[in-house]
Amino acid sequence: MLFLKLILTNLRRHRVRSLISLAGIAFSVAAMLTVVTILQGAITMFTGILSSDSQIIVFERNVSDLFFSHVPAGAVAEIAAWPMVAHADPVLFGVVSSADHPIITCFGITGADARIRKATWIAGDRSRFALHPDEVALGERAAGFLSASLGSSVQIGHGRFRVIGILKTANGFEDGGVFMPLGSAQRFFHQEGASSVITVKLRDQAAAADFKRTVQVRFGDLVALEDTEFTRSYSQFRILKATAWAVGGCGLLLGGLGVANTMIMSVFTRIREIAILRVNGFSSPQIAGMIFGESALVSLVGALAGLAIGTGFLYALKLVPALHGYIDVSIQPPVLLIVILLALLTGVAGALYPALYALRIRAVEALRFE
Amino acid sequence: MTSPGNDPTGSSRLALRAEGVWKSYDAGAIAVLRGVDLAAAEGGTTALCGPSGCGKSTLLHLLGGLDQPERGRIWVHGRERHPGLDPLQFLRHEVGFVFQLHNLIPDLTLAENCLIPTLAAGTDRRSALARLGQLTERTGLGHRLDHRIQKLSGGERQRTALCRALMNRPKILLADEPTGSLDAQSSAAIFELLLELVATEGVTLVMATHDRGMAERCDQVLEMRDGRIHGPEPA
Repeated sequence: MLFLKLILTNLRRHRVRSLISLAGIAFSVAAMLTVVTILQGAITMFTGILSSDSQIIVFERNVSDLFFSHVPAGAVAEIAAWPMVAHADPVLFGVVSSADHPIITCFGITGADARIRKATWIAGDRSRFALHPDEVALGERAAGFLSASLGSSVQIGHGRFRVIGILKTANGFEDGGVFMPLGSAQRFFHQEGASSVITVKLRDQAAAADFKRTVQVRFGDLVALEDTEFTRSYSQFRILKATAWAVGGCGLLLGGLGVANTMIMSVFTRIREIAILRVNGFSSPQIAGMIFGESALVSLVGALAGLAIGTGFLYALKLVPALHGYIDVSIQPPVLLIVILLALLTGVAGALYPALYALRIRAVEALRFE
Repeated sequence: MTSPGNDPTGSSRLALRAEGVWKSYDAGAIAVLRGVDLAAAEGGTTALCGPSGCGKSTLLHLLGGLDQPERGRIWVHGRERHPGLDPLQFLRHEVGFVFQLHNLIPDLTLAENCLIPTLAAGTDRRSALARLGQLTERTGLGHRLDHRIQKLSGGERQRTALCRALMNRPKILLADEPTGSLDAQSSAAIFELLLELVATEGVTLVMATHDRGMAERCDQVLEMRDGRIHGPEPA
């Protein structure tokens, strides 16, 4: 208790400095949490698009981005005919822009696709999808920003389309997307006869390994991955995750420098006090424990404050209409744990030099001078 | 030349003995102690007198294990302090320090300041509080336990420092001009209290002082000049 009081006393003695240091950690943690959660949410959403009523995704081997993947129509037909396959849905991804929206995602799909079958149609009739090449369905948010309603005509990229349905989905990408008949999308994006991926549902999940082997044997330039494998290995996701952690890590590094500065000042301003503790029998581990305890406390409280700020910020972002469906505030427990551990580690690292300095203080010299 | 370990004089009644102790600063440029010999009997009181800068404080630091002599040897209760005694255990259990400035931690209360040595030594809380109660009762500070140091008078602060020094029941108390920052009346009161406590606790006192009157009330007065001890002068 007295040990804790010694730690708290020093933090209270320099309240402003302690608060600034704490705020540094808090905002770093909040930034890290926000960036990582948004990206994690985006990845989950994108994965959700791919894994809609399917377990396996087939795409072109060694492609850096699924938008550049090319899967021939022959492969789709053959895979769909395999006995182990319940259904195989080709999806062609494309990106277009409108006057106010530089990026609109387009999904070229068949009428049997789960994205159409399972979505809530808030306007229109899903049985009309893909009956006519110039007709599209829009996600609810896309209908909003394109000012489109059922039956209206919208300009999408270089083409004009009639809206035959408006869909409500929980997925931000789909909600802000355009659903085109596959054939129309292939012509629109000059990908005749091709799709970006095939999403596959097997009759028996246990046949996944067999399916993947068969794809490898039959189509050397295609690769089949289960959804979890895809999420783990897709280079775009890995780059995004690494970027998120790097940005957050830089933030924490700055916070750690703040802690280091505070702790250095904390030690410098109480050299005599540390000498007194030495004279009264404090060991090196006890002195170091006091310094590290102080920084760990600042880091822990800063991390908790940062988590609160970050969560609040994410909820605030979720309320922004333009971001509807894009922000997923389901903070993953591992992310929480990593963020707290990183904050503590940063605090401890920031206290390393001050602790070493404190341990080098010789009581006899510190007491000799005022 | 004597062998390391036990005191060659074989006198277990000596609490402290120093032989040919040298200490200098600035890589030998300033020689502070030039072969000091000292013997302090168990339970006795020794006054170190001499002008400022003659090496009194340095000698106390060496005796108390805060610093090492360059030459010479020091025995504590018949055992050579270096390398015979664990420096940390020595500071925690064998010796207590009182300085001219009280050297208390201002943001802590009187009780918390006194409990610091017991925290360092890992003494159980109940024993520590019992000892605190005993010492503060005897020093008249029982009613000030929860007061912060800033709220205490100079005399009370020095009494607190005295309590803190005795918390772990050390056998030796080293006092470096313990009344040097107090007025005459407070000085006298603190000194009386110091003598009373060392007598009742059976502690050996070695005290640096400029006050001849106080020195003469000690069992032994050692006069220091030019880094050496001249004396002893029996009181």
